Amino acid sequence: MEHIVIIGNGVAGITAARHIRKLSDKKITIISAETEFFFSRTALMYVYMGHMKWEHLKPYEDWFWKKNRLELKTGYISKVNPEANELEFESGEKMGYDKLIIASGSISNKFGWPGQDLKGVQGLYSKQDLDLLEENAPDNKTCKRAVIVGGGLIGMEMAEMLRTRDIPVTFLVRESSFWNIVLPPGESDLINRHIREHHIDLRLNTNLKEILADENGRVGAVVLAETGEEIECSLVGLTPGVSPNIKFLEGSGIELGRGVKVNRNLETNFKNIYAIGDCAEQHEAIGNRRPIEAVWYTSRMMGEVVAQTICDNPMKYNPGNWFNSAKFLDIEYQTYGWVFPEPGDGESHFYWEHINGKKCITISYEKASRKFLGINNFGIRMRHEVFDRWLNEEKSVDHVMENLREANFDPEFFDRHEVEIRNSFK
Amino acid sequence: MSKLENNMSLTGDVSKSLKTSRKLAAVLGIAGLFILVLASFNIAFPNKALWLTISLSAIAIGILWYSHSIYTGKTEGIKNDRIWFKSNTNRGLPAWIIGIALTGFYIVLYFYPQYMGLNAEGDNTGVISFFDPLSKLINGNPASQWFVYGALYTVAILAFGVKFLWKYRHNNYEKLRTFSVMFFQLSFAFLIPEFMSRLNSENFSLPYYDLKSIWPLNYYNFEQYRIDQFISAGTVGMAMLIFGVISIFVITPILTYKYGKRWYCSWVCGCGGLAETAGDPYRHLSDKKQSAWKIERWVVHSVLVFVVLMTTAVIHSYLGEDPSKYWLTKDTFLLGVVLFLGLLFAGIWIFKRQELKKDARYGAIGYLVIVLAMLGMHYGSGTPLFLTNAETLRQVYGFLIGAIFSGVIGVGFYPIFGNRVWCRFGCPFAAVLGMQQRLFSKFRITTNGGQCISCGNCSTYCEMGIDVRAYAQKGENIVRSSCVGCGICSAVCPRGVLKLENDSMDGRINPNEILLGNDVNLMDLLNKK
Repeated sequence: MEHIVIIGNGVAGITAARHIRKLSDKKITIISAETEFFFSRTALMYVYMGHMKWEHLKPYEDWFWKKNRLELKTGYISKVNPEANELEFESGEKMGYDKLIIASGSISNKFGWPGQDLKGVQGLYSKQDLDLLEENAPDNKTCKRAVIVGGGLIGMEMAEMLRTRDIPVTFLVRESSFWNIVLPPGESDLINRHIREHHIDLRLNTNLKEILADENGRVGAVVLAETGEEIECSLVGLTPGVSPNIKFLEGSGIELGRGVKVNRNLETNFKNIYAIGDCAEQHEAIGNRRPIEAVWYTSRMMGEVVAQTICDNPMKYNPGNWFNSAKFLDIEYQTYGWVFPEPGDGESHFYWEHINGKKCITISYEKASRKFLGINNFGIRMRHEVFDRWLNEEKSVDHVMENLREANFDPEFFDRHEVEIRNSFK
Repeated sequence: MSKLENNMSLTGDVSKSLKTSRKLAAVLGIAGLFILVLASFNIAFPNKALWLTISLSAIAIGILWYSHSIYTGKTEGIKNDRIWFKSNTNRGLPAWIIGIALTGFYIVLYFYPQYMGLNAEGDNTGVISFFDPLSKLINGNPASQWFVYGALYTVAILAFGVKFLWKYRHNNYEKLRTFSVMFFQLSFAFLIPEFMSRLNSENFSLPYYDLKSIWPLNYYNFEQYRIDQFISAGTVGMAMLIFGVISIFVITPILTYKYGKRWYCSWVCGCGGLAETAGDPYRHLSDKKQSAWKIERWVVHSVLVFVVLMTTAVIHSYLGEDPSKYWLTKDTFLLGVVLFLGLLFAGIWIFKRQELKKDARYGAIGYLVIVLAMLGMHYGSGTPLFLTNAETLRQVYGFLIGAIFSGVIGVGFYPIFGNRVWCRFGCPFAAVLGMQQRLFSKFRITTNGGQCISCGNCSTYCEMGIDVRAYAQKGENIVRSSCVGCGICSAVCPRGVLKLENDSMDGRINPNEILLGNDVNLMDLLNKK
């Protein structure tokens, strides 16, 4: 019986395993050094916030794995030997495979700041990071102030988490406005205001110079690059993005770039080794996508696709329309299609913001053809299915405006804004 | 550094004054309750009306003040922070104390009302008589233990209802729903029946009837004494009796078809009303395991079978034998019951069998065989209908289901097993509505394409113990008989994935292999097989 080994039990690896099981009887082993069971990484924050307990993060009950003959193995792979089709664990144990799927995810970025390895400096990616945060910042007596470095989604989450324990947070953002490398200015500014409303000390255009130790060798303060200001703190959250977790593959012969290089079939330079999820890097980016997509949804899609390939239905990773979502404190965000921070050549943005400053949308379209390109919606839920269809059918921006109500996904009895949006578009 | 010192006031210290007012609010509420306890011990209060007002106001204001201090100064949105750290909401000591106190209250109420001051002879004393001024004001008569219960129940729904409204002030669905349960509790459950009893005189008496309480939740509605009351109350009484019958056979199926069982369970029902308001802090304690779901299906449907048998036996027991006296005799009634259940069974079997899981099929056939066998034995060898006499069945049901299950366990165990234990495992009316919702309804919770991130907030906060995420992460709509449509899964979802809605029956149940967003050809290949 063919033995499929999957390194990593995140959403990519687990989705692949589930689909391979549905399609075949192959022996499947899933290896993780992080946790015994699959959990939702995107929900780590809710455990610290007390919304959920650890057990709630597991999308499948513990009996699920045995019942579906998915063997779980805890251990850290230190070496892959593609010539011998063999893995070596840190413990020295070896394991053979017929096909290998690398789904090892990401690690938090560190940019060589002085003091970045002090106690009390951490990222937020893994279960271990969550445990560490509980240790570093259990309450506002132990942690008198936290400084977060890096204005992305994880930094935002970390700030929200710490505020639920009444820990004062200073949020250092390199850009001139929050996440404006992704969001158009109106949206980005709306989020700036929302962050401040939550009593988070948001510092835009601010870089970290160094992290200083206190007398016990723990983090004691940070120094800002621009002003030289020193901010006393007990925790530094480093959240300037993530990179593929591929160090253990160095020297294996598997082609590496920033991630594990794969072709459109998600195959590496070895026929029987695949890479999916955060750690995979396309030789050439697909459409407007980045070569490395570190997103829950794309990881899941790659898992769905690679399972087909492994079960004798070779298939290209050919994702449909781009979509994504996030939540900034109280404000939900969804996106369908492409909306860039600035409209591209021949493109235009339409921006609408509700008077309460908590809801807004940006619609991107081609000026000449009026083809609809994408939407960002904040504080209003939209139907994935409808926008996916409109994008596939290349509907015009006018069609979208006319039929916006059809796409609304807010709960019943919520205030509707379609008319107002349409009127302000005209 | 000075700038930061100023910032501190924005963050750490604000909560101190709030914590103080929260404590004071709790003390006030408990003081109000304490007056009631003193009254139970027959402490003589000089001016009952005044002290009752003080007591109930203290309870209500305590709850409102406490709630206000929780949500004031917080932005609108989902605020489930620290729920699992607080001992009250994570089965800690306070939870057990509240659970035991509530359980004790229900045991006294149902089985030892003398400790509340119910006297076999002479006027009531204790906490019951303490409520006399209010009772006299509303219905003109001294209070009973049920009046005390109804009044406290209503205060709880109203005061905790306001708390819920604050908590979900950003969510119109939750707000409307809560106004609705508050209204139905205050009017239909509490005031209207009391006002109705004001109409009673020496020669005219209306049965005490909460019109929104529908058989089989209101399992005693067709007992002999009720029927006698309905008949003796003339046209109005007959109208109420007929309303009771069409409530279950006509109104219920129509409304459930259009809106799902939520029209009742989370918008109208009193049990649901208490669960959604006072019980809301405990909603996350329901068991989400698949094994719990299995137990739920067997238990709740067994209760339904039990109530059908019990009611059939009771009605059968007081009907006559002679068709010339009244058209509805023992035999025609039984025949009617058998025909109705047989047709219902056949209908579901023929048209909806594919939607029934294995255990549902076994259960349905099993119960059908048992009921038919008992009817056969009754006619064949003359054993009593359903093997025992109707009165015994009635008493056992009233004790086990009416008192122990719905009251003692259903409410008493809120802080331990969650707020919908009765609704999920015990309520036979919920079972009827659930069957309709699962098989004949336009209601569903729509999953928004591929947007689910499997975070688990929906499942955690589902009071009915539905593993909502299991569906959402497959891109599948949630169509479950137990869903009461409270809307909280949709509210707590951080990515806008869930929406309660009524739409066409086609495509309502939509299991997918591949989620929306992936390769169009792959989706076509696997989802349209």
